[in-house]
Amino acid sequence: MSNAVSALNGVTWAQGIATVTEVPLQGMITLRGQLTDAKVKKAAMSATSLEMPGHGQANCVDDRGICWMSPDELLVLCPYDAVSTNLKQMQGVLGDVHSLCVNVSDARAVFDLSGDNAREVLAKLVPVDLAPDQFTVGMFRRTRMAQVPAAFWLHDNDSFRIICFRSQAQYVFDLLTVASQRGSAVDVF
Amino acid sequence: MLILTCPNCGQTGEETEFHAGGEAHLKRFGPGSSDGDFEEYLFMRENPKGVHFERWRHVYGCGKWFHAARCTTTLEVFGTYSAQVTEPPKEICDKISKKRPDWSWRAFS
Ligand SMILES: [Zn+2]
Repeated sequence: MSNAVSALNGVTWAQGIATVTEVPLQGMITLRGQLTDAKVKKAAMSATSLEMPGHGQANCVDDRGICWMSPDELLVLCPYDAVSTNLKQMQGVLGDVHSLCVNVSDARAVFDLSGDNAREVLAKLVPVDLAPDQFTVGMFRRTRMAQVPAAFWLHDNDSFRIICFRSQAQYVFDLLTVASQRGSAVDVF
Repeated sequence: MLILTCPNCGQTGEETEFHAGGEAHLKRFGPGSSDGDFEEYLFMRENPKGVHFERWRHVYGCGKWFHAARCTTTLEVFGTYSAQVTEPPKEICDKISKKRPDWSWRAFS
């Protein structure tokens, strides 16, 4: 069996106003189908033991979660080594419901951005209103980060989780570290 | 800045999160149509100063297409609506009429 490694091997950068860490080997399953379908919901919930999130929301605990990607797409998070078991189980639940369920763990990279200034570091990079009363815990947002697509949610107060394509991991890491350089606080929030 | 709300996912974002898809509500004339109809379909576009209807795609978000009614001079967005329609819905037309009573666009007013 090959030795799985994440895009940046779990690199951490803490020399600035926020801490940037690559979250190594997060299990991720894309589930597409009609989200109103009971079996589609059950497939996501059974793999994570979590409730379905609402429209535009994410329901994440540690390394498990369900993220609302679009009216017909969910991103299911689970431990990396539980992906194949979960996939089989989900496909069993889905049966012949028109749906798609695929392992995308190695196609993505995940970052954790934390610290008192995490919110404003991210606000420098995405065209999203991140004011504390506008972007709150539980919300999930797909957008662009400078020139690449990204999705993020507030994992905890002052800790964002950011998902991007694996091939763009270095670019996103560089963006985050430049945006959190020492002395670059804007103090806008 | 042009600010759009995607009717598919409900997220509001500025222009760069979306991609413009050209004029809305074109009727396709393909093989077997007259040269005039085909030319009209392929090349003739509205270029209004004011009320306009366009297709947009939420390219960095949910990835889905939708329609938008907006003003090309002020960038005011009158509303966004489903991609699965062949003409602007009545409530969008009513909203425009409230703000621009004498608007017209192609066959609509
Ligand atoms: Zn959308």
